[in-house]
Amino acid sequence: MSQRIDSKWNRSVLVALVLLTFGVLVGGFAILQNMQSYKVFMTIFAVIWGLGSVALLYFVLNAVAESMPHKIRSTAVAVVFAGPAVVMLFWALVIPTLRSLRLSFADANGNGFVSFDNYKFAFTDPIMIESFRNNLLWMVFGTSFCIITGLLIAVLADKSKAEKIFKSLIFMPMAISFVGAGVIWKFMYAYKGEGINITEIGLLNAIVTAFGGEAQAWLLLPVWNNFLLIIIMVWLQTGYAMVILSSAIKGIPDEINEAARVDGANGLTIFFRITIPYIMPTIVTVTTTILIFSLKLFDIVRVMTGGNYGTNVMANEFYLRQFTYGNSGEASAIAIVLLVVIIPVLAYNLKQFRDRKVLK
Amino acid sequence: MSHMIKTRKSLTGRILVLITLVVIVTAWTIPTLGVFVTSFRDSKDIYSSGWWSVLPHKDFVKTAEFELPADTNPDAPIELEGVTADFADWREGIAVSENRTLRWYGNKRSRKIEVYEEKWIGFGANLTLQNYRDVLSGGTVDFVDGEGNTITRQGNDFADAVLNSIAVAIPATIIPILIAAFAAYAFAWMEFPGRKPLFIMVVALLVVPLQIALIPILRDYTRWGLNGTFVGMWLAHTGFGLPLAVYLLYNYISTLPRDIFESAYLDGATPFVTFVRLVLPLSIPALASFAIFQFLWVWNDYLVALVFLGDKNRVVTSALAAMIGEKGQDWHLLTSGAFLSMIIPLTVFFGLQRFFVRGLMAGSVKG
Repeated sequence: MSQRIDSKWNRSVLVALVLLTFGVLVGGFAILQNMQSYKVFMTIFAVIWGLGSVALLYFVLNAVAESMPHKIRSTAVAVVFAGPAVVMLFWALVIPTLRSLRLSFADANGNGFVSFDNYKFAFTDPIMIESFRNNLLWMVFGTSFCIITGLLIAVLADKSKAEKIFKSLIFMPMAISFVGAGVIWKFMYAYKGEGINITEIGLLNAIVTAFGGEAQAWLLLPVWNNFLLIIIMVWLQTGYAMVILSSAIKGIPDEINEAARVDGANGLTIFFRITIPYIMPTIVTVTTTILIFSLKLFDIVRVMTGGNYGTNVMANEFYLRQFTYGNSGEASAIAIVLLVVIIPVLAYNLKQFRDRKVLK
Repeated sequence: MSHMIKTRKSLTGRILVLITLVVIVTAWTIPTLGVFVTSFRDSKDIYSSGWWSVLPHKDFVKTAEFELPADTNPDAPIELEGVTADFADWREGIAVSENRTLRWYGNKRSRKIEVYEEKWIGFGANLTLQNYRDVLSGGTVDFVDGEGNTITRQGNDFADAVLNSIAVAIPATIIPILIAAFAAYAFAWMEFPGRKPLFIMVVALLVVPLQIALIPILRDYTRWGLNGTFVGMWLAHTGFGLPLAVYLLYNYISTLPRDIFESAYLDGATPFVTFVRLVLPLSIPALASFAIFQFLWVWNDYLVALVFLGDKNRVVTSALAAMIGEKGQDWHLLTSGAFLSMIIPLTVFFGLQRFFVRGLMAGSVKG
């Protein structure tokens, strides 16, 4: 441990350090841009440079702060510690929210004032109405399937011998990207078309035809295709619900369950009268998380149908408006609508936070 | 006591529970298994049979083919091996004996007859690593489709995409952790103006949808020349990952005992030294759980990569999504690509599952 209380840095050393840091940042960036054709070296360099720069930046900023006059030193050090994060948060999230708000009142190029035209589009355009309907389907069915299945597995697997294996297999899709899941499920729903001697290679159609049904182009079936997409989210997210709910269930004191059994309660009664009420706060937390998640959902729809055949959702329409039609006004309006929908959750979070008195 | 209660549970009840679990878990695993198996199958096989046909089963397989004499009139009934039928029926295929089916192949002029016989198949299925070689390659790739035509395609250069993903994901995991750890320490143990409102802001930002930030940041990047660069990706992922990182690490660092900071101070350690020598090593469980969280998030991200990288420096998710769009039917490439995109996150996930779960519990409000 360093013994210096007043680690006074020599002024010229400090200046040299600041210049060096600046050089490392700018020079490294320039080198990186010229290394595109040597991928392996670039990757290694990128990792070392990226991390080194950040570490160096903190070190130098801290050195500068420690050389400040005694009166403001501790504040200066605190600013160095918290400052970069706060600046990043403002740049990446706080200020963009205000900028998006402004853009939502501007025309397609982000200039000129168009009053509420973009919001009129966001709430009345048929494609937006369809998106609202689909988002509602995602939020209601996606969330409830995730919670119910997650809860079911958590309760059934609890204390079973192979609990770990069961849970790992259900949890595994959490590590898979939506795009990867898109390939997996596109393959499940694959349809080879009409014709003689066609063998279906998609599992769903193979099952349907094995039972004498007719093969279908599943993703083109209006309304039903939404549910087929929702299944993918359920497949990915149930593991999350299961893990959290399962740990809440394990937190229920044994004495409560045993007392209920002694009183003659059966499994179902215990589940509805004890387990559910006891873990209700956890259920609420998990539900809100998955609700928010399904509201912003984008990748599945984008990869599976591109939002066609009646499967569009708000986040996909946001992407289309900005990047396909080049209309930043309408896109921003959609983003603001997403934010507004989330505000109740945000308020709830803040209230919880204040109630818990986390910050002393 | 608890032992006694366990035995009271009926045996049928326990078997029912087990069956339900096995059914659910099987249903959950089969989609991935299908893609996994397919990625090792020969491209021609993929088009002509379902992946489950690698499992041993009895089925009709083509054992021979022969050509009818040139004077065969396809418009009149045709007799083969004692069965007479017209062209349309032969084309559908007719069982001439219990385990032998004849089938006319192609149009009327081809006169080609294929013989199918029922056999046990699936032992020693025709498996290959060729699909992986093809999808990793950046050059041209040849493969055979269901009709037997050879198709030439530009390879997907997945090797390049994997490198890009690594170059994006590792710094985009560690940088936010470093920044967040400094900030969490400051919020937990230092006094500075605006501490409380700023931390409330962090909590509020936990749920803000990142769609709200994409267009303004894209405008900044266009101005600064950061579009399509790794630095741009690191900055964006750092910004979007910070609220959760600060929140999780704060929860952990604020519970460290006050004594250790006081004794470090008495020893003359500056906050920087205390942080590097004490706080970071003590926080390793929390840092690790967030690191896995962030790594999986960045590796699996598609939206941020799509917006800020575009076609330059494609990461695996973008490469895979582009393949779905361009080559939606090339299942041998899609499945091997999908599996390649999953290997690293799955390894991280199963290797460090315990940490990841801990991170999930602490931050069940990911925005």
